[in-house]
Amino acid sequence: MAEPTIDARVSPLAHLEERMRAATVTGARGVTLTEWPFLTMVNMRVDPASEAADRIGKALGAPLPRQCGDTSTSGPHTVLWLGPDEWLVLSQAEVTAVTSELREALGGDPGSVVDVSANRTTLELSGPAARQVLEKGCPLDLHPRSFAPGRAVSTTVGPIAVLLWQVDDGPTYRLFPRSSFADYLARWLIDAMSEYRGPEVP
Amino acid sequence: MLLINCPWCGPRNETEYHYGGQAHVAYPETPADLTDEQWAEYVFYRDNPKGPFAERWVHSTGCRRWFNVLRDTVNYEVLAVYRLDEPRPALPQAGGNR
Repeated sequence: MAEPTIDARVSPLAHLEERMRAATVTGARGVTLTEWPFLTMVNMRVDPASEAADRIGKALGAPLPRQCGDTSTSGPHTVLWLGPDEWLVLSQAEVTAVTSELREALGGDPGSVVDVSANRTTLELSGPAARQVLEKGCPLDLHPRSFAPGRAVSTTVGPIAVLLWQVDDGPTYRLFPRSSFADYLARWLIDAMSEYRGPEVP
Repeated sequence: MLLINCPWCGPRNETEYHYGGQAHVAYPETPADLTDEQWAEYVFYRDNPKGPFAERWVHSTGCRRWFNVLRDTVNYEVLAVYRLDEPRPALPQAGGNR
């Protein structure tokens, strides 16, 4: 029987929700910024060559990505590559269910499965001008020739370290900053978005 | 700005990395037998060559892994990048591989 619980969580950007909505730009140079708080995130470390990695891949429904920038999606789970033996599992499922499933798959082998849902928050930046907004502060080449939907890399946006994931061709990007840096990043993005409200300066 | 080729993530700007000092400084085999002078040598004294220098870097905003870089201290050219479990590569041809 489920115990009654009170959800007293406050997202790191709850106080900026109104400002982010007000910063929305529509039209051909449109861009929107929204927060998706409290997503399930699980950090996982395991030797990629081990049998445990295969078992975890089977449990998730897709093999673990092996290269920087690669992701794999299966059902409610998306696995992002963080390092040669480290991954971040994003899931729409409930966090205790995901961690227990992964721990079971890991078994007694060396590795770790840790709930890090509170470590980062999720910002979604989408719209035709989204790439231009990011290019103001991201040192990576985000042009479609080298960055495409399904790619996710750790990098910086402005001075903030983020995990940057392109979701679709909109383009839609999801940025995962540490919670304590989220306020600064959201304000930085709101500022960067403001110029697209006016007409393009040739 | 240096462009450093992380062994796992590929070329990224210097701003994504942190510096870790000279590479290949081995921990003393018998630390208990060292004199103060030998300890000071191990802890504080580092080479300061003019030319190729092997040093440690960490990709702190990327994969968070340490690796070694062979860098020319005169023109800041990155001559080689190699993992910690790989030996220091023989020097490329004079002038690097630009």
